[in-house]
Amino acid sequence: MPSVMLRKREDGKLLFYVAKKDLEETIESMEFDTPDKWGGEVVLGDGSRYYFEPTSPPPKIPTTLQAKRL
Amino acid sequence: MAAMTREETEALIQEVLEVYPEKAKLDRAKHLAVNDQSLEKANKCITSNRKSLPGVMTIRGCAYAGSKGVVWGPIKDMIHISHGPVGCGQYSRAGRRNYYVGTTGVNTFGTMNFTSDFQEKDIVFGGDKKLAKLIDEIEVLFPLNKGISIQSECPIGLIGDDIEAVAKVKKKEHGKTIVPVRCEGFRGVSQSLGHHIANDAIRDWVLENRDGDDSFPTTPYDVAVIGDYNIGGDAWSSRTLLEEMGLRVVAQWSGDGTIAEIEKTPKVKLNLIHCYRSMNYIARHMEEKYSIPWIEYNFFGPTKIAESLRRIASHFDETIQAGAERVIERYKIEYEAVIAKYKPRLQGKRVMLYVGGLRPRHVIGAYEDLGMEVVGTGYEFAHNDDYDRTIKEMGNATLLYDDVTGYEFEEFVKKVQPDLVGSGIKEKYIFQKMGVPFRQMHSWDYSGPYHGYDGFAIFAKDMDMTINNPCWKNFKAPWKTEAASDAVKAVA
Ligand code: SF4
Repeated sequence: MPSVMLRKREDGKLLFYVAKKDLEETIESMEFDTPDKWGGEVVLGDGSRYYFEPTSPPPKIPTTLQAKRL
Repeated sequence: MAAMTREETEALIQEVLEVYPEKAKLDRAKHLAVNDQSLEKANKCITSNRKSLPGVMTIRGCAYAGSKGVVWGPIKDMIHISHGPVGCGQYSRAGRRNYYVGTTGVNTFGTMNFTSDFQEKDIVFGGDKKLAKLIDEIEVLFPLNKGISIQSECPIGLIGDDIEAVAKVKKKEHGKTIVPVRCEGFRGVSQSLGHHIANDAIRDWVLENRDGDDSFPTTPYDVAVIGDYNIGGDAWSSRTLLEEMGLRVVAQWSGDGTIAEIEKTPKVKLNLIHCYRSMNYIARHMEEKYSIPWIEYNFFGPTKIAESLRRIASHFDETIQAGAERVIERYKIEYEAVIAKYKPRLQGKRVMLYVGGLRPRHVIGAYEDLGMEVVGTGYEFAHNDDYDRTIKEMGNATLLYDDVTGYEFEEFVKKVQPDLVGSGIKEKYIFQKMGVPFRQMHSWDYSGPYHGYDGFAIFAKDMDMTINNPCWKNFKAPWKTEAASDAVKAVA
């Protein structure tokens, strides 16, 4: 379960950063992204998939969250 | 020599790899690549941040070097103890040329070496008592220090000393910031982990010191310059540009910086990151904890400077945006004159670089402004995200080499025949003796600054003076040159 730092890029895209793995990728799609449910499966720019425990309300970005690798 | 095609570059890599044993060849092959601008991600073509191979000459440093030498060392009003045997600190003392103002030994300590000078008995019985005594002595001899950092060398981790405990006790006793840093040289694969550890130590021991204290008056234009180590005055020539456009630079991390500036950084509006590799960690932390956005910028060469000034200004209101334009306009005559003077002398010259964690990509623009071309570049300790940022800066089919070995670098230079090599002191004399003009791109070869418009003028002059130096023509003994008359040859 890597700790993932999430931040917004200048163009509004979410960046997914794992310091330990040196991974800096954009989040291309997210299962739930509405004001009352956020998280689920995400697909990154390189095609790899991770899973965030869905939360409500959405977290305040930037933040660090745990993600599961799928 | 004309530019190499993709096939030629690939063939060159294969040729150089030939001498290695099978296993080493497989490993090194992953670190050498031909640049392909169409790639979005570098991990498709190059592997980085891996342990160097035993038996090859790597050019890397250790975690202690990353923490003491790079991140902590330039904080001028703190005393940085090289905790352990004397050599690590003494042989690296004052070698980085981070300029600062102050009276050394009184209120600033940048070029001094403080060490606990471990002896056999300290290794056997532990060095905590010695460290405590050393801190007390520092307080007596240098009472104007604003804090102390304890930079662990290899033995500290090996013998299991508890420097944190000593730091806590002494912090209470003296009422000063005392920071234990666990940057033993054996950690990680290069100095890069040392940067990270140092960032974490700042986060845990310094950054929060003024949380909840609003006595520092802020303005909407406060920024911090992060990851500029003031080599030869770099941070100064950057700072003037930012101030001229109307921003207020609250802190310099860490060239010519003070601990007070670092404590005030959480109050700024925007963090400006020059060396992404060594300080992105703390910027990300501040973004998360204090909601301070950060951006990367590049102050090498007028094209990149203008781009960066505009990007920085876009985070502020119109006064700053107008300020940025004014600055660019003001220096236009100066830098155009520089280009007019040096471009004709440098046009078309080819450069190969091999530096640390930022310059292999950041200086490309400055060379291009002078009409030169960077045909090969590589990092000592970059990670994937650095190569991601490099691919677009470099031309297609140019060479990329990660953690290059001494042998590979020499072979590449022999084959590519660049007009200039830019790397460090260890590489300098090898290439000069091969007859290749060389500039040190870590310490600016005792020159600098190279940042900002003022720095660009010096950069251009230095490159010209190196490449067009008449000495390169006298490399061959006179009787061995084509032009030597038969008479001379006969005598020889
Ligand atoms: S590797 Fe260890 S012994 Fe060598 S310079 Fe670094 S801290 Fe000192």
